[in-house]
Formats: sequence, structure tokens, C-alpha cells
Amino acid sequence: MDRTAKIAMLRDMLLARAFEERAAREYTRGNIAGFLHLYPGEEAVAVGVLHAAEPADYIVSTYREHVHAMVRGVPPRAVMAELFGRIDGCSKGMGGSMHLFDRERRFMGGYAIVGETYPVAVGIAYTIAMRELPEAVICFFGDGAVNQGTFHESLNMAALWRLPVLFVCENNHYQIGTEIHRHSAVAEVYKRACAHRIPAERVNGMDVLAVHEATRNALARIREGTGPQLLEFETYRFRGHSMADPGTYRPRVEVQAYEKEEDPVTVAIGETLPTYPTAEQIAAAGTDSIARMATHMNEGGLLEAAALEKLQAEIDEIVEDAVQFASRSPEPTLEDARAALDCNRGMEVLI
Amino acid sequence: MANEVLYWQALNQALDAEMAADDSVFVLGEDVGLYGGSYRVTEGLYVKYGEWRVRDTPISEGSFTGLGVGAALAGMRPVVEIMTINFSLLALDAIVNMAAKIPFMSGGQFPMPLVVRMPGGVAKQLAAQHSQRLEQMYMNVPGLRVAVPATPQDAWWQLRQAIRTDEPIVLLEHELLYFSKGMLDTDAEAPPMHRAAVRREGQDLTIVTYSRMVDLSLRAADRLAADGISAEVVDLRSLRPIDWDTCARSVEKTHYLLVVEEDSRFAGAGAEVAATLAERCFFSLDAPPARHGGLEMPTPYNATLEAASIPTVTSIEQAVRKLLEPLPQGEQR
Repeated sequence: MDRTAKIAMLRDMLLARAFEERAAREYTRGNIAGFLHLYPGEEAVAVGVLHAAEPADYIVSTYREHVHAMVRGVPPRAVMAELFGRIDGCSKGMGGSMHLFDRERRFMGGYAIVGETYPVAVGIAYTIAMRELPEAVICFFGDGAVNQGTFHESLNMAALWRLPVLFVCENNHYQIGTEIHRHSAVAEVYKRACAHRIPAERVNGMDVLAVHEATRNALARIREGTGPQLLEFETYRFRGHSMADPGTYRPRVEVQAYEKEEDPVTVAIGETLPTYPTAEQIAAAGTDSIARMATHMNEGGLLEAAALEKLQAEIDEIVEDAVQFASRSPEPTLEDARAALDCNRGMEVLI
Repeated sequence: MANEVLYWQALNQALDAEMAADDSVFVLGEDVGLYGGSYRVTEGLYVKYGEWRVRDTPISEGSFTGLGVGAALAGMRPVVEIMTINFSLLALDAIVNMAAKIPFMSGGQFPMPLVVRMPGGVAKQLAAQHSQRLEQMYMNVPGLRVAVPATPQDAWWQLRQAIRTDEPIVLLEHELLYFSKGMLDTDAEAPPMHRAAVRREGQDLTIVTYSRMVDLSLRAADRLAADGISAEVVDLRSLRPIDWDTCARSVEKTHYLLVVEEDSRFAGAGAEVAATLAERCFFSLDAPPARHGGLEMPTPYNATLEAASIPTVTSIEQAVRKLLEPLPQGEQR
């Protein structure tokens, strides 16, 4: 992979982190409401996977999908405006954080009922297979979603008809507040795919280059017409399930292990407070995917510290611009809502 | 040219015509292909169009209906057959949470040309899990449309219209209608999909009904006519939206309203019809609107009890007589 491609990935990871942290701030300020599920910690998965996809591929995502949308090319302005519930949001303020859609970029939606992404992806893939097109569908889901019936129903159909779906498990080890060993008899998600004769692999989801390579290979096999593939990326979310969740069910040592926090005083303080690690703590963390990638590029002579700082400054500007844009965007009206509801009616006379 | 056909044949011809006209139309469901459909609706289509367009699915209602949603997002016109409405409870997530919501919550970016066909109703001793109506459940979902064809002609028209429209539609068929006969004129111009039809004109009261109860109500009206009672019978043809103008015109003419439904009365389709027409026609009504529906119990297996649990021609006739009966001084209905 060349330097430009790597810088593009690092840039998207930085954007992802900065955007989500800013969204959290805007949430506490009251500019964003409802459920807000944030992505910090998991950036390597979205970035690695989507940088390996083609523009003609379809993406089906979950309710933790802001970053998927942006990496896919949905402008940060349109995502932030959607979180603000404004008319210039990518779903015109009708969807919100959990329902980002962008038809043009084949971003087929964020789905907020756990386990919905599988059948949607299978239906799109069925269309591709029927039309004999070279496209593929990337279907995101979490470790908590693999115990829904649709997981097995859909994997069965995808394998049975050799549909071009890449099932991507973002295994962050928690089904909201329940750790994977308490919700799954088989805690290795990739192993479940063998029940449907789907090739599957477990990959370090904190390493964007590993994610990218695994995805590229899996998509290549899918395009050969061999049917679906499943990739399980082990990752971790630094925040709670949503902004409504302080995440206190997770042992501090576990959170710290992922962040490799060294300072015992900070750890001690952290033990007493049900808060999240600070942005600085996360940035300093060794297993953090962004730090890992930045180090890789710095040590490989691909990116100097000054260039990284410049990149970060650009990102901060983009995020600030997105927030300003969202703040200025008008509220949608009830007429806009009715237009969205009746968008497919055209001139049809119903009665 | 009009021919006498069975209801399932009309549906079959409608599917055939739409599949021939548009290669984005495809059918999927349990046993729709090689087997030809549990009620023969897809008979012959597998051979004609091949397995990709007439897809036999595993028993996975939630996911194959969801597959239809995904395919509709990608530009196809899927027709999902759910073997009976009872099994559609397993597909509610796809129908209610997905199909009905995606066009709206995407801000109008995606069409949802999805048809979900399913038979329902009380048939012949199929017991409580296979005898439900449940139409009120789908009626209550904004973003969905619900059609209830009662005749072969409507089955032909409404299935074709459903396939051609870009909104998600639940087409409720009735298990006892599949082998009922009627005239089908494939050249006749279709009325709008959701317009109600006055099946019989009358002066003394309006019976508003739908699906299999249309035929029973017409037979009850025949009997009443022998006694000089002239009943007007309105077939709703659609439960979402409902053609209120046709209903109100009739009620304003007759001044009496009886709603007949096979489903249990409580919070059923008839409740919506009675409530809205009471609001709209209050000053035209000479008596409170009456509802005649199924009993408040799961459908019994026993044949006698099963028959007693839903309206019959006789019970509809009785309900009409009761509605029109002059009350003794001071007594309330």
C-alpha cells in the first residue's frame, strides 16, 4: 500500500475520533438529543474495511454508523446536520443519529433494531447476483447482534444462493452492558459462520492495516463468485454504549488495558469516577488504533510529527465547520416530513 | 373479455402479467417455486421465469421478508408471499420497522416497491394459531398500505397495482376466497387501488365490510330484501387508506351503519370505521353505528364452535334487524 493511501486512512481515523468527540460535546450542550452511539476505539474497523471497498459496493450499517457514513464519503456537514435534526442532514432530519442514509454513495442506512442489517444486505446481494453484477455488499453488525434469529436465517440464505455479502462483525465485546462471555455460548463469532459453510476469519480490529488487508482479500474472493465471507474484527469502544450509558459495568482494569494507561495516579482517580478517559489519555494509549497507525507511519518515515499535527489541525477545522453548518441549517417543517413520507407516491391517485 | 375464474387464478395471472412486463419483479416465499404455492397462486411461474425470479425460501419469514426490503432498496419489485398472516408475526420487524420506515427516515431517498401477500382469516378447522385475521395490526402503521381484495377482479387489479406502486403494500387475501369464482375482465380499466365499491345499492341501511365478509353480507342483504329491507353493501377494498367519501355518501343516504368484520370486534378494523363515520356522519345517523364481528376468543378447533365464533349470513341478517328495530319508548340501544 502506498503512502497516500495510508495517509488517507489515518486522516479518516483522525476525523472519526474528532467528529465523535465533538458530537459528544454537542450532545451535552443539548444540540443533539435522543440516542447517540459513538465510535471512538473502533475507528480501524470502519476505515480499514471501507477503504478496501469499491464505490459501487453497497454498505449496510447499524446505529453506530456516523463513521461508516463519513468514511464512505458522506460529508461531515451532512452527518452533523442530521445529528442536529436539521433539513440539511443526509436524511433531512427525519432519521437522526441512528438512521443515516445516502443513496448516491450506496450507503443503505443505519438500522437501529439489532439484527436488521443482515436481511437488508442479503436482499441487495440477491439483486446483484440476479443481475450478475460485479458488486458486493458490506454488512456491519456487532457481537451482540449474532444472537438474533436473522443472523442465522440470513447467513443460511446468503450461503445457499452464494450471494456477494461480506459480513463484518465489529466485536467490541459488549452487548450494551453484557460482556460477550455472558451473552454467547461461543464467544468467537467467526466460528459461527462454519455452521453455514461461510469462510470466516478473526482479525485484530485495532490494526487498520490488518483490517484493510483482510477485507481486500475477502472482497476479492466474493467477486470471484464464491459466495459470502465473514470477518470478525476484535475491537473496543472507549465510551459507553450510548451517551445515556456511563459504562460503569466495565472493569476499570479492562478499559485501562485497552488504553494502556501508565500513570497509577490517573488510574486511581479513574477508579473512583465513572467517567470516560480523556482525549489525551486515549491519544496516548498504545493499543489505540489511531496511535498505532500514527506510530507506524512515523517510524516508517511516511509521516513526520509536524505533518501529523497539520493533518489534525485540518480535521479540527472540518469538524468545527460541520458544527457551524449544522447550527445554521433550518429545522425541517411538517411539510418536509409529509414529503418524505409520500416521497414515492408521485402522481398516483389512491382513492 | 370477461371469463369466470377462481380467485387464485386471478392472482396467478396478475403475477404472470407483471413478471412478463418488468424483469425487476420477482416472487419469493415458502414453496412458491417448484411446489407452485400453497394455494396455487404461483403455479407455473417457476418453469416460466426460473429460480432466481421465483425463489423458494427456507422457513425464515423475518429474513426473507427483510430480503425483500433490501432488494426493493436496490431497485427490484419483490413480491413476498408469507404462507399465512399468522407467520407474518415473525416478519413484523421487516414490514413495520423497516419497509414502512425506510422511505420516511431516509428523508425520502428510497422507494420501497415491496408487496407482501398473505392469506388470513378463519378457514376450515385450522385452529387458533392458523385462523387469525390481524388486519388491524397493519392498519395502524403509517407508511404502509393495506389492500383487501374480495373478488377475482379486484385480486387481479389490486395485485398489479400493488406491484407497480413504489410504496410498501400488504395484500391481505383470505384462505376461503382462493377457490371462490368470479368474472375477470383483464382488459377492464382498474379503479384507483384504494377506492371502495358499492356492491349493492340500498336505501335502509349501509353495511360496510371487506374481504370474505362482503359475500356473506350480500347474501344477508338478499334475504333481507325478501322482507322489504333494502341494504346497501360497501366493500372497502382497502384498509389503509380507507375511502371515507364513498362510505359517508352511503351513510348519509341510509342513516344507519352496520360494520361487519370477521376479526374480533375489540380494537378492530370496524372500530376505526365506526368511529370515523360517527364523527363524520353524526347528524345523519338515526342510530349509533353498530359493529358485528368475531367473538373475543382464539378460534376454536371444533367445527361448530369455530362457525359460531365468526359472523355468518344469519348473524349478519340478525344484526341488521336489531339495528333497524324500533325501540320501545325510553329504551336505549
